[in-house]
Amino acid sequence: MQEFLQQVVSGIATGGIFASLALALVLIYNAMGLVNFAQGEMAMFATFVAYALVTRGMSYWIALPITLVVAFAGGLLIQRVVIRPVERAPILTLVIITLGLAALVNGLAGFIFGYVPRSFPSPFPSDTVDLLGVFVSYRDLGVIGVSGLVLLGIYLLLQRTTVGLTLRAAAHHPEASRLLGVQVSWMLALGWGLASAVGAVSGIMVAPILLLEPNMMQSIIIYAFAAAVLGGIESPLGAVVGGLVVGVTINLAGAYLPFVGGDLQLAVGLAIIIAVLIIRPNGLFGRAAVRRV
Amino acid sequence: MLQRIRTAPPRYWLVAIVVIFFVGFPTVISSFQTSLWTQALVLAIAIMGLNILVGYSGQLSLGHGAFMALGAYTSAILAHHYKLDYLITIPIAALLTGVVGFLFGIPALRLSALYLALATFALAVVTPSLIKRPDALTGGVQGILVIQPDPPQFAQDTFATVTGTVMSSDQWIYYVALFCALLLFWVAWNLVRHRPGRAMRAIRDGEVAAAASGVNIAGYKTMAFGISAFYAGTAGSLFGLATGFVSPDTFPVSLSIQLLVGAVVGGLASIPGPLLGAIFAYFLPIESNQWVPSQAWIPVQIASTVKNAGPAVSYGVVLIAIMMFAPNGIVGLVNSGYAALNRRLRGAGDRETGQMPPDAQTV
Amino acid sequence: MGPKAPRLAALAVFFVTLAACGGTATPTPQTDIGITSDSILLGNTIAQSGPAAAYGTIGNAELAYFTYVNGQGGVNGRKINFKILDDAYNPAQTVPLTKQLVENDQVFAMFSGLGTQDQVSVRDYLNSKKVPQLFVATGATTFNKDFGSNPWTLGWQPPYQGESHIYAQDVLKNHAGAKIGVLYQNDDYGQDYLKGLTDGLGSNASMIVAKESYDVTAANTAAQLTKLKASGADTLFIFATPGFTIKSLVTVTLLHWEPTIYLNSVSNPQVYMGLAKKAGAALKNVTSVGYLKDPTDPQWANDEGMKLYKTVIASCSTCKPEDGFNIYGVAVAYTMVDVLKQAGTVMTRKNVMDIAANKLNETNPFLLPNVKVRTTSSDHFPIMQEQVITWNGTGWTLQGSLIDERGTIK
Repeated sequence: MQEFLQQVVSGIATGGIFASLALALVLIYNAMGLVNFAQGEMAMFATFVAYALVTRGMSYWIALPITLVVAFAGGLLIQRVVIRPVERAPILTLVIITLGLAALVNGLAGFIFGYVPRSFPSPFPSDTVDLLGVFVSYRDLGVIGVSGLVLLGIYLLLQRTTVGLTLRAAAHHPEASRLLGVQVSWMLALGWGLASAVGAVSGIMVAPILLLEPNMMQSIIIYAFAAAVLGGIESPLGAVVGGLVVGVTINLAGAYLPFVGGDLQLAVGLAIIIAVLIIRPNGLFGRAAVRRV
Repeated sequence: MLQRIRTAPPRYWLVAIVVIFFVGFPTVISSFQTSLWTQALVLAIAIMGLNILVGYSGQLSLGHGAFMALGAYTSAILAHHYKLDYLITIPIAALLTGVVGFLFGIPALRLSALYLALATFALAVVTPSLIKRPDALTGGVQGILVIQPDPPQFAQDTFATVTGTVMSSDQWIYYVALFCALLLFWVAWNLVRHRPGRAMRAIRDGEVAAAASGVNIAGYKTMAFGISAFYAGTAGSLFGLATGFVSPDTFPVSLSIQLLVGAVVGGLASIPGPLLGAIFAYFLPIESNQWVPSQAWIPVQIASTVKNAGPAVSYGVVLIAIMMFAPNGIVGLVNSGYAALNRRLRGAGDRETGQMPPDAQTV
Repeated sequence: MGPKAPRLAALAVFFVTLAACGGTATPTPQTDIGITSDSILLGNTIAQSGPAAAYGTIGNAELAYFTYVNGQGGVNGRKINFKILDDAYNPAQTVPLTKQLVENDQVFAMFSGLGTQDQVSVRDYLNSKKVPQLFVATGATTFNKDFGSNPWTLGWQPPYQGESHIYAQDVLKNHAGAKIGVLYQNDDYGQDYLKGLTDGLGSNASMIVAKESYDVTAANTAAQLTKLKASGADTLFIFATPGFTIKSLVTVTLLHWEPTIYLNSVSNPQVYMGLAKKAGAALKNVTSVGYLKDPTDPQWANDEGMKLYKTVIASCSTCKPEDGFNIYGVAVAYTMVDVLKQAGTVMTRKNVMDIAANKLNETNPFLLPNVKVRTTSSDHFPIMQEQVITWNGTGWTLQGSLIDERGTIK
């Protein structure tokens, strides 16, 4: 029983990592109906920026906001330079561009920083909390806690502010928004900037656990993708819940399903998620899309 | 006959030139260079399969490398364990993969574009670990060596007559791949010009409207999956033959991405697109690593930076640039260039641009 | 032999006599493909992009050593040119790139190609072309054990299975009642280590109470370690790549589990131990083995070999001196240069392969003291000595004397 609970708790801890990156994916989807394959790589790169600042003697708490600003500006810049010219191109063109970005950013990070993994400081201690013989580290709790805060922030932004409303309007009804005087293109850029900053938060939170190196997010992005989709790609809450569900599912599948074993946990976990999607095609928290003719 | 040749549209001439080129040029380049072109042709077949699925039927797949793996392993296992002639295993592998693709297409019907992207991407990610499991059959992590056949007598004789040199296995495999590629491109061309092609495009451009016109949506969508996998399976089988080896690491996620990139860069919903896309997707990573540093006119500083930064950076940059400046791929670029030229030559009357409507690629 | 035989025999006698008359005759200078009067061309495929890009620095370190040797006048007046191509750890790329190096660039030999699947994929090809595939950068046993059927292929580093035999000996000697849990990567690397451990324990193989594998696509190994802990194991073997080893060491501490831990040598450089410590690993009772000098270990600060390493690696702008992969690269390049030097004026593929596989007896300044790089006509495992080491909180302490695994792999 204790082992089972530990598996669940470890799964939740890992799920927090998936959730934090999934939030950035959801944000960009809300802003322009696109899944950004470069999101993980952008988050990794931002974390390297923070690393460079901290190793040059800057305090963590100063480096953190600077990195977020840099990440925001970077996201904005990428949108203006690379995405804007093809804004109205088919989605597939945009997907290919984000794949190109992923390769570019990953290669650049390897070129600039090398592939030796590095440790990254965490604001949370590496100690563990003992919950009746089940252990979880403060760092893992920190990732989940910060993801919760980011979730709250996104919710407030999208639902309670004019900017958020405009952002959503621009994404869903670009023509009408344009007629109302909304600068749709800048709204998309804003969306990219915000998603990039949220990704940077994710990178900075998970780097102490995953170790900072150019391929840090490569094994995470597929889980984050699964988490976002499972939650219903438009819903930030869904992303967080989806992340935790994915984390727990792969842990339990690897540990307890006969003939599976740890090496196939991803395969089985993804199979389960796809099965869920076949039954609920819009994800756990998604709304049924009305098909336009 | 002569009359027909004289009035044949220019594109027939173009096809003839391309075919003659592909048949002829291994006689003038080295055996090693030929083997690279074999790989490019193999990719072209797989990309044509993906093109049928994505470009014509509008379903996205980020996991076609998995179907290639299935085709490659089917052939390798039949040849290695059951001692079948490898060439005989190619159609078997293609058919089996086609059936599996068809079956995969059934649950895919329930998934919207984005979820299908996830499902297929997931398939690509887990392929290497799935291959490792039944290790008695697949050789596990050790993989299976594929013995490359010697050219048959008639091919050796012909090749010797033309070039005066001995034909290598690599050169023979090239012609096998070329034969398959020509056959499958011809099939694809016929497919898209007739009823199935029209039905698939109708579905892609609007399912409800297509259904209203009596198109069997589920049937055509799963059929597209099956045909697409058939192509990927053929390509996979040839891939194993050309590489001489199959193993889990031969089918990484990046292979699936490479296929999609090739499809889009070449130009979706076109017949020459996959060939051009394959040449791009195969040679760009290799050449960015080797060609740039070898050029004397490029400043050493830049050349060594390009080399050290690795192929990923150049690949990313070129990919983004192509998508920005030619979102309809190379074929789109050529078509609009041709149209512009036509307008210049014949005045503004000619409206046949051949360009796809902007949302034709929507998935 | 047909009717020609007597004549051939006579001819042979003639030549032998001729050679004998020459007395101290130096062998006639001979060359081969890839050798010119002032250069030797070697080829290499390695992952410099993709998931295994971290290994890519090995090639650059090897190049740095060759550059250093060339600066000192080269090998018997010939400079070594070294062409490195990136195969992204994918056999489908290793094959064409290797063919390119052999057929287009006309290399003399392939040197230190990386990755088990990648090197297996070109082994038949290189052997059929009789091109040396020297000192492949993988510890898979097949590259030494199957020398008989692949006489143009040879490994260099201690095979993973041999290393595991040492762990087995150490467990039997120091922890006879151990209950062993094994965490291993589900590839040739992890499986070879596991096989070596099982074989090494022999009749005591039942000491292994649980084994769990993970795939490289995993986010972490928490699920596996939780199971291993629950199995009641008190001794943990981690057969993983550096990244997963570090995460696993942290997870073990997080689970409040304090087993005796054995790490494989690939993951034990001090840089990684430092990372694990910073990330919260307790690192209690950790044992491993080594054969290379660790660049970050202060005990080698004034060592001649280490000083040479620092000089060599300084010429590589992308190499991090503290990275354990770099001293590996420099050490294996040292052996390659040694072989070429011994070949002297008979620079043929056959002669170089013969020296590498049968006649090596080298003291390599980048390996731990007394570790010999040695091959004989009946033994084609160049490095088979390793040193048990234990973690003392800040560095590795060498334990006892070198253990020799020679002859343990059949």
